[in-house]
Amino acid sequence: MSDTETDTTEPETLDALPLDTWHRTKGGRMVPFAGYEMPVQYEGIMAEHLWVRESAGLFDVSHMGQLVFSGEGAAKALEALLPGDITGLKPAKMRYSMLLADNGGILDDLMITALPTQHPFVSSEVEKRESDARERVSTSLDTNGEGDAAQELYMVVNGATKWDDLGYLREHLADEITINHLDYRALLALQGPKAVDALDRIVPGVAALTFMTAGAFDWQGHRLWISRSGYTGEDGFEISVAGDAVEALADALVDQPEVKPIGLGARDSLRLEAGLPLYGHDLDDETTPVMADLGFALSKRRREEGGFMGAERILLERENGPVAKRVGLIVDGRQPVREGAMVVDDEGSEVGKVTSGGFAPSVGQPIAMAYVPAASAVPGTTVKLAQRGKVHSATVTAMPFIPHRYVRAGASK
Amino acid sequence: MSRYFTEDHEWVDVDGDIGTVGITDYAQGQLGDIVFVEVPEEGKALTKGDEAAVVESVKAASDVYTPVSGVVLEGNSALEDNSGLVNEDAEGDGWFFKLTIGDKSELDELMDEAKYADFVSKL
Repeated sequence: MSDTETDTTEPETLDALPLDTWHRTKGGRMVPFAGYEMPVQYEGIMAEHLWVRESAGLFDVSHMGQLVFSGEGAAKALEALLPGDITGLKPAKMRYSMLLADNGGILDDLMITALPTQHPFVSSEVEKRESDARERVSTSLDTNGEGDAAQELYMVVNGATKWDDLGYLREHLADEITINHLDYRALLALQGPKAVDALDRIVPGVAALTFMTAGAFDWQGHRLWISRSGYTGEDGFEISVAGDAVEALADALVDQPEVKPIGLGARDSLRLEAGLPLYGHDLDDETTPVMADLGFALSKRRREEGGFMGAERILLERENGPVAKRVGLIVDGRQPVREGAMVVDDEGSEVGKVTSGGFAPSVGQPIAMAYVPAASAVPGTTVKLAQRGKVHSATVTAMPFIPHRYVRAGASK
Repeated sequence: MSRYFTEDHEWVDVDGDIGTVGITDYAQGQLGDIVFVEVPEEGKALTKGDEAAVVESVKAASDVYTPVSGVVLEGNSALEDNSGLVNEDAEGDGWFFKLTIGDKSELDELMDEAKYADFVSKL
């Protein structure tokens, strides 16, 4: 017996994240991911997936890059690289966006938050000293607290792309814009319908946050930056915490009866069911926001004004329709069709590709994301998929596969 | 009846000329939740080492190789509706297929239970 799928090549030296030992103690099966060793599962992907949908799961996403932008006009400057309305982002609000190449290809997808004027990440004097020692630029952030015009922005980017992102951002932003890589901070995600019960018990007040808003909270002398957001389609939170405090926080969270640690395997199946694309699989520098069906991230003002990387191509594509489009597929039968399978026409010629796929635990059958010709992108269309010499039939389906259960502002609970 | 094992984590029970093939308990544990199994059709002639079946977990697809040459007598139809049987009872009800063994001398190249346990302990 052997895996038929080739493993993606990983760098030979793998760094350990702050929770490395914690994962191993909890029975996590560690695998190389984004240059680190990360837990792919604890008790099993299926059980973990279903647990998150009915209770709450704790994910370690410390591999992701946490960046803070400061300096006069940082938001305006970022609008040259992102197609979203960043200058109009109100303090403590966040937005999904993409880092674009000059041809309109997607270099990364990300979350960006407008921070309140005072740098909210540093609370204690100790943290201040540590942060200053690590980041020369932290000093400017800490003395920036008198409400002056310079808006700070917090960005979370993918782990596998963070170094390239930093290079690209530094290259394209003026020197006056400071980028502070908060690499001393860990990032946790607590996801599921009972996440709010568990987290509000140990960090009172978080229940007041609504989807895509964030705030600073204190926990046992540590400053947490918590947003109501995530990548599972469920209600939940993402928590930025200093690396030397993350283990105590993770312990406090899994001590709650609602919470179990969840690995990358379930993170992948959860986000797939939620219809959320994964960078490096469903998105890359050859796909544009329009092809990727992420048009919602092109803010109205930005569409009208243009002035971002790749705007000409992206806006033209939006007007005329893309050649190929990302769609959701429900696969007939029981056999999963995975990344790398071809979308084929009646003659068996390749007309598209599957970019993610697998058995969907909450749907109860195999699902996939694929790029298909525009003519085949209408929900209800039947497409053929070729994988290892076998042809499968699948139906184009509106995403998400499982309804999102975000807790939005103004919505009654 | 004797049981033999391969380094690719298949087992074969031999009863006269009939072999029953499956994957080991260690293998199902490594694969995790099994969501699909494809077994060979009756009458298919297999040569030792041929890809004989496919097992798919939530994570990945894997090929199952036949530990011995022979002609398939039947695939385990119970796995069509309940592939989770492989997780529950990999070395029992979760068997994959039965075949008539063509050349029993091929069994000499396989491991017995003690050798396989030793092999797995070093992985």
